[in-house]
Amino acid sequence: MKRTAGYLFVGIFFGIVMYKSEAASWFRIYEMFRFDAFHMYGIIGSALILGVIGVQLIKRMNLKSFTGEPIKIASKERGFKKYFFGGIIFGLGWALAGACPGPIYTLIGAGYVSLLVVLAGALGGAFLYGLLRKHLPH
Amino acid sequence: MSSNLETMCSMCGAGKQSDYFNIDWRSSSWNLVVVIGAAIGGFVAAHLLSNDTAVAIATETVAELENLGFKSAGNAYLPEQLFGFEALNNFKSLSILIIGGLLIGFGARYAAGCTSGHAISGLSNLQLPSLIAVIGFFIGGLVMVHLLFPIIF
Repeated sequence: MKRTAGYLFVGIFFGIVMYKSEAASWFRIYEMFRFDAFHMYGIIGSALILGVIGVQLIKRMNLKSFTGEPIKIASKERGFKKYFFGGIIFGLGWALAGACPGPIYTLIGAGYVSLLVVLAGALGGAFLYGLLRKHLPH
Repeated sequence: MSSNLETMCSMCGAGKQSDYFNIDWRSSSWNLVVVIGAAIGGFVAAHLLSNDTAVAIATETVAELENLGFKSAGNAYLPEQLFGFEALNNFKSLSILIIGGLLIGFGARYAAGCTSGHAISGLSNLQLPSLIAVIGFFIGGLVMVHLLFPIIF
């Protein structure tokens, strides 16, 4: 229960930050890919700086989680093709629909009903990947 | 943030079609709690924490979007012609939303992560695969905006 409340809190905080920072705005994503403003790079960059410091602190000081367990951060599987090709396909969608998976939910919550169509598409895309997985280079 | 797509496919019985979804979705149901939170956060931010939701993008960006026919540029949170109610009756807008969604879902699961998983968490942990994925995100995004947008819009 405490754990579930924690996940919910993280989600709510994430949603507020995505909406208020305008990272959930189609316009900001378009602006980012045109290099017209620093805005999105500032959001991603500051998150990254804090993230790197946080991860280093967790690793070097062997910090424990709230429930007292050691925190293990799994390394990403090695590979190139799946990250590169998958990344390009994701980038095409990110720029076209102007939303990444998290903000899709944030925008639905904010009342943009049309994002339900994007979500349906994304679920279809994930399903399609599951079907075609064996035939794709990884 | 994109693992919830997989979880939902598994919940709906996609495991019958592909082993990829043959996972115990209850063990990953935490990611559904996170996205429910993300939606609540969106509601709170839009309705309780905002007066004016217009996004003040750069003037060059507004000019470029007006050229492409986006009249709501600079005056709205999302472009009206893609996300407004009327857009749901328009075949072209609807196709763009569906195709955009398909690319997002397919690409995020193929690359095993999206912006949050690779650009933030992965790079924070100094992972080379995440850097490759982020370079891919930008190649895809730049191709879409600079080469395909003039054709689409």
